[in-house]
Amino acid sequence: MNRHKPDVRIRKTKSVSIQSYYPMWFFLPAGMIYGLMFLVPTVASFYFSMTHWTLFDQRFIGLDNYREFFNEPFLLKGLINTFLFGFTTSAGKVVLGMALAVLLTSNIYFRGLLRSMVFFPVLVSTIGIGITFTMLMDPNSGLINQALAAIGVDGPRWLIDPDLAIFSVALVEIWRGVGLATLIMIAGLAAIPTDFYEAARLDGATAWQQFWRITLPLSRPAIATVTTLSLIDGLRTFDLVWAMTRGGPGFASDVLASVIYKQYQAGFYGLSTAGNVILFVVIAVVALPIVAYLNREER
Amino acid sequence: MIAPRKLTVSVLAYSGALLFFVVPFLFIGLTAVKSRQQASLLDLSWPTQWQLWENLTAVIEARDYMMIQAFINSAIITVASVTLIVVFSAMVGFVLNRRKTSWNKMIGFLVLSGLMIPPAIVPTIWMLQQLGIFRTLHSMVLIEVAYNISFGIILYRAFFSTIPRDLDEAAIMDGAGPLTLFFKVMMPLLKPVTVTCIVVQSVVIFNDFVHPLYYLPGDDNVTIQLTLYNFQSMFNTAYNLLFMNILVITVPMLIVFLIFNRQIVSGMTSGAIKG
Repeated sequence: MNRHKPDVRIRKTKSVSIQSYYPMWFFLPAGMIYGLMFLVPTVASFYFSMTHWTLFDQRFIGLDNYREFFNEPFLLKGLINTFLFGFTTSAGKVVLGMALAVLLTSNIYFRGLLRSMVFFPVLVSTIGIGITFTMLMDPNSGLINQALAAIGVDGPRWLIDPDLAIFSVALVEIWRGVGLATLIMIAGLAAIPTDFYEAARLDGATAWQQFWRITLPLSRPAIATVTTLSLIDGLRTFDLVWAMTRGGPGFASDVLASVIYKQYQAGFYGLSTAGNVILFVVIAVVALPIVAYLNREER
Repeated sequence: MIAPRKLTVSVLAYSGALLFFVVPFLFIGLTAVKSRQQASLLDLSWPTQWQLWENLTAVIEARDYMMIQAFINSAIITVASVTLIVVFSAMVGFVLNRRKTSWNKMIGFLVLSGLMIPPAIVPTIWMLQQLGIFRTLHSMVLIEVAYNISFGIILYRAFFSTIPRDLDEAAIMDGAGPLTLFFKVMMPLLKPVTVTCIVVQSVVIFNDFVHPLYYLPGDDNVTIQLTLYNFQSMFNTAYNLLFMNILVITVPMLIVFLIFNRQIVSGMTSGAIKG
């Protein structure tokens, strides 16, 4: 392009006038909807979270809502469960997604069909999945425990046991979301040059060594993506918890998002909004550094 | 020539997939066509009497044809919001890619915020009430646009960087204005990414449960995901109908998946990696 000097000058003057063909008002429709429906409420939430706000009155009370949040066991439980759910689901999706990706890129028959089978749950209504697994996880008549009984294992009381309930829901979330994780991992594996594996084989590396020394380090961008996505999704999750346990038994499987809904339903709007702000902070504090760290290593 | 190792791995992989990914759907399908008594056993037995049609009509007629109303509402919300997302996010992606302004960084930050930040529920309801549009279908459309437009912008911005600028210049030479340039010259070229965007966003919005639950209360405004939620308590002794309901809202997704498999997969993975 730069070989003909005069051309460059002409191009430059033209590129200034050409700007008007990309008008700034193209941002306007999207910006207005985003601003009104998302940005303003998000900013306003910081104020509303510091008010005592019910159907009848609204007054400023400073940080009382937050104090209540951290002192009431059933609210605090929601915060702890949010972390448990976020971390177990993203760990599960990364590990299983990687394992499935290796399996589904290896030499087997009809890989495409298998990939579709693993991916399909991603598209199915989460509420539908939740109801289905609530039935499958029934301690007595559920299919899972009956199958376990058939091989002589005494199945756990999945959603009934307060200590286990949140992890049972996490297990279903992993089942539901692992298909997307797998596809992202497959895209990552496809980007690794095959020469590396050939060289490793010539040097006598076992399949296990190849996985730890080549596959895992080089699929770091894909692992970063899966971790980020599933962490943010997991921390925000609501549908599956609500469909399966409604936060129960008691409040043993409440997460922040279900606490927000319960407080909203009960008419404690200020407290509900405080929950929202806490969720916002949790995501910013937990997810952003992890995202930044994993993406920094990418280059 | 059949390689024994390949065969063994394949058989193992398919048995696993069958057990973990087919059985749950088989369970949904079989329970949906059983009689009420047999469905209450919650097992995988073969239906003794097939009640496909009876169960289907029972689900559709329940609560004064609520299912039909829900399908119409969900269709309106999905079509309207996906249309707006496609046009508006393509416009943003276009200018964002073509013009280097001081706003670009700021907009990039807002797009990422839109992907990560959980919406503030009660303040949004307050906003809708201030605007006088709470409990209306079009407020739901605006909400879905606001929550999902970030993903669209990311898809379009990436795609515009693959369209050479020479094309813009040629069109401008021929006397095209900004609107002609965008709608007549660019839009047709965007077809692949637009198909991806439409399919992925439709799936997400059609399956959305949380936001209609908050922003669209009331029986008239019921959406398809909420019917299931409403029927969960109503059908809690009639599992055959409950699962018929799940089947009815799953089948559209299966059809979409069979037709647009490639676009869904590429859209969900590429959008994810860019984000």
